[in-house]
This record gives sequence, structure tokens and C-alpha cells, in this order.
Amino acid sequence: MINKTVKNVQEALQGVENGMTLMLGGFGLCGIPENCINELLRLGVTDLTCISNNAGVDDFGIGLLLQKRQVKKMIASYVGENAEFERQLLTGELEVELNPQGTLAERIRAGGAGIPAFFTPAGYGTEVGEGKESREFNGKMYLMETWLKADFAFVKAWKGDTAGNLIYKGTARNFNPMMATAGKITVAEVEELVPAGELDPNMIHTPGIFVQRIFQGEKYEKRIEQRTVRST
Amino acid sequence: MSLDKNQIAKRIAQEVKNGMYVNLGIGIPTLVANYIPHGIEVVLQSENGLLGMGPFPTEDQVDADLINAGKQTITTLPGSSIFSSADSFGMIRGEHVDLTILGAMEVSEKGDIANWKIPGKMVKGMGGAMDLVASAKNIIVAMQHTARDGSSKLLKECTLPITGLKCVKKIVTDLCVMEVTDKGFKLLERAPGVSVEDIQKATEGTLIVEGDIPEVQL
Repeated sequence: MINKTVKNVQEALQGVENGMTLMLGGFGLCGIPENCINELLRLGVTDLTCISNNAGVDDFGIGLLLQKRQVKKMIASYVGENAEFERQLLTGELEVELNPQGTLAERIRAGGAGIPAFFTPAGYGTEVGEGKESREFNGKMYLMETWLKADFAFVKAWKGDTAGNLIYKGTARNFNPMMATAGKITVAEVEELVPAGELDPNMIHTPGIFVQRIFQGEKYEKRIEQRTVRST
Repeated sequence: MSLDKNQIAKRIAQEVKNGMYVNLGIGIPTLVANYIPHGIEVVLQSENGLLGMGPFPTEDQVDADLINAGKQTITTLPGSSIFSSADSFGMIRGEHVDLTILGAMEVSEKGDIANWKIPGKMVKGMGGAMDLVASAKNIIVAMQHTARDGSSKLLKECTLPITGLKCVKKIVTDLCVMEVTDKGFKLLERAPGVSVEDIQKATEGTLIVEGDIPEVQL
């Protein structure tokens, strides 16, 4: 079996350069590639276009890259938890393209599946549709949306094997499976890396063909945005 | 007496039928889960990728890898399933979700909804709202009837940026329950002690009043 293992996060991010387009998995702070984000900070690469559902919070996730002004453009769906993001947006330092969440997910899926464009009803008649082709199917109007691809896709999984097969846990799955398919180079960081053969092939979420580099993350903080509990 | 947030949620819960798959938005819609009558089985969808959303966890059940679309920690239930956000919005666009309940800043008499952006203020993004309103078979909106300054939020035309066109079916406000029809807002029920005239005054869009309008029963 082809071995996709790299020895650490430094090796995993070799080739990341200024001006690249990156995908980063996660929904809020759930299922984000924490170790890859830390390495992007250390590398100090700039003028990045980041594709991610959210932009982290001020002091965690993509918010850290914003603090260091490494991001030129964000392609996202909801960015409401981040004051630094707001400041950079209002001063024009940061370019932002907002997508309906399902459109964002499908554009990434399309990028990985070789489908250059598709029609969706989301956003028709709104400012999202401005300048886009629209068409009627069975009496309903749809907008044409195009695929998204990235130079690097960074995804986070629960378990992975040396062949690059991935299993996600809970709602940390979110955007990770689609992003894994849409990177020229997909880097998977996992909580537990096992030899090929230890994961049940029936249970694999992302087949190893989509993953070029895999490593076990050094540590995971897994910060919770809204810790909500009941008493009993 | 106008309805408070919990009473609005309680009234909307009466619209939830046995066997439905339901997506609840943030705010009042989330409260609807607390009032679903006993004996009614529904499956709650969280659009980040979960069907069968359970209650908030106890302190020792908290799992950072299990959150809802509002980023709150949650639990699963027997029969829950987890999937990608692409599959999740496939369920939504493919009209497999039976009922969507969400909040709104404005609704027009044609059923257009505005709930994602106030120009000049911070733009947070639409999240899943545009996908949900574009495809839902049935959309019920929970909202306040008027703004703090008394101006109506139920309009001939929305003034704020649109989230979706001609999609809202029913509206429950602090003052009344209305259905969106081809001719405008049709008044179905009024909050206890609120008169048809009060509702008329608070509604800028066309209000259709036919016969006696009963009070909301909670």
C-alpha cells in the first residue's frame, strides 16, 4: 500500500507559499486542523486566500492567521465571531466573499468531483446572485455556481491510516470530507495514525486516494465556542 | 397580552406533526424543541451535519466534536446519524426536510424574507439561511411584529437585503398567527386580548381578515 505518512507538520506543509489558495476544514472551531494552522503561523506565509466555512475566533483557528495579517481573502459562509475580522473588513485590508453554506459545501464537493459548475436555488433573487447566470428548471429559478479548488487542503480527522484513509468523529466531519477531495495537495492531520489494515474498510469516510500527506497531530486543544450544558 | 418568546415557540410547536424532519434556526426557533407535545416523534436536523439532535449534554458528557449549527455542545439520540455538510445541504435542497422554522427581521406579503444582513452594520454572513429558505417545503417564521420604534416588520416589500423570495408559508409573531397567501397576510389567530385593529395597525403589508378571528390557544 502506498505510504502517505510524513514525519511531522513541517514536512506536511512543505511547498506552501505566499499567495496560495488554501482550504481549511471545520465548522466553527469544531474539526479544524489545529496543527496545520499553527505551522502556517510559524511559516508566516502571506497573501493567502482561505476557503473555510468560518474564520475562527479572535485568538483561535483562522483568527490567528488574521491577527498576523496573513490572509488576503476569505471565502466563507459565516464570520460573525471575530472582531479582528470585522476590523480588517471595514478598513478594506481583507477581501471577503460570502457564500450560502450549502453552496460553499457543494462548490468544494464539485471541485473535487470534476464538476465545473452546477445550479442551486440558494441565493436566487438576493445579492448573492448578482452577476451570476440564472436559469429556470421546472418552473423554479436557479443560480449557476462554480467549483472551488485549492493549492493545499488542510483537513482534520479522528483516525487515519498510513494509506491516507480517514475516519471523522461526530460533527467534526462537517467540511473536511469535501475539502479532502479538492486540494491539489491534501494534508490530513489525525488524532491517531495507525498502520494500513487496522481500520475497517467499511468504515472509511475519506478514501486514501484523496490524501497526499498524513501525520498525527502533536496535540489538540479542541476549544469549545458555546459550552452549553444541562444540570441533570 | 402579546405573546412572549416562549409562547411564540409553544404556538409554533403545534405545527410540528408526528414523523417530521425539522430544522430549527437560532433564537426563538430553538425554543420550539422544548414544547413539542408528548407522543409526537420528530427528528431535528442540525445543518452542520447531524440528524437526531439530542438535548444539551451534562457536564461529563460534553464533547468538543459534537456541536449544533449554533456551535453549542449537544448530544446524539438512539437512531441519530452524522454526515458531511455537503450531504446535509443535499437533504435541505433535495426537500427531504419537512419543516424549517426560523427567525426574520422582515417578511413581505409575498412571503419574501430578510434575515441575514443589515447594511452599514457588521456583516456576519448568511450561513445556511439562504439554502434553507430556497428549498424548504414548509417554512414557519418566528418574529416580533414590530421593531423597537414601532415600525412594522410585516411589509409590502422587504427593505433589508433579501434572504429568499416567496418562501414563507406561516408567521407567528407576538401579536398573531398569519398565513402568506397570493393576496397577502391572512390573519388566522390573534394573541389573547390583542384586537384585529391592533394587528392591522402593526402590519404595513396587506392584511386579510375573514370572519371572526379566534385567540391563540396555548
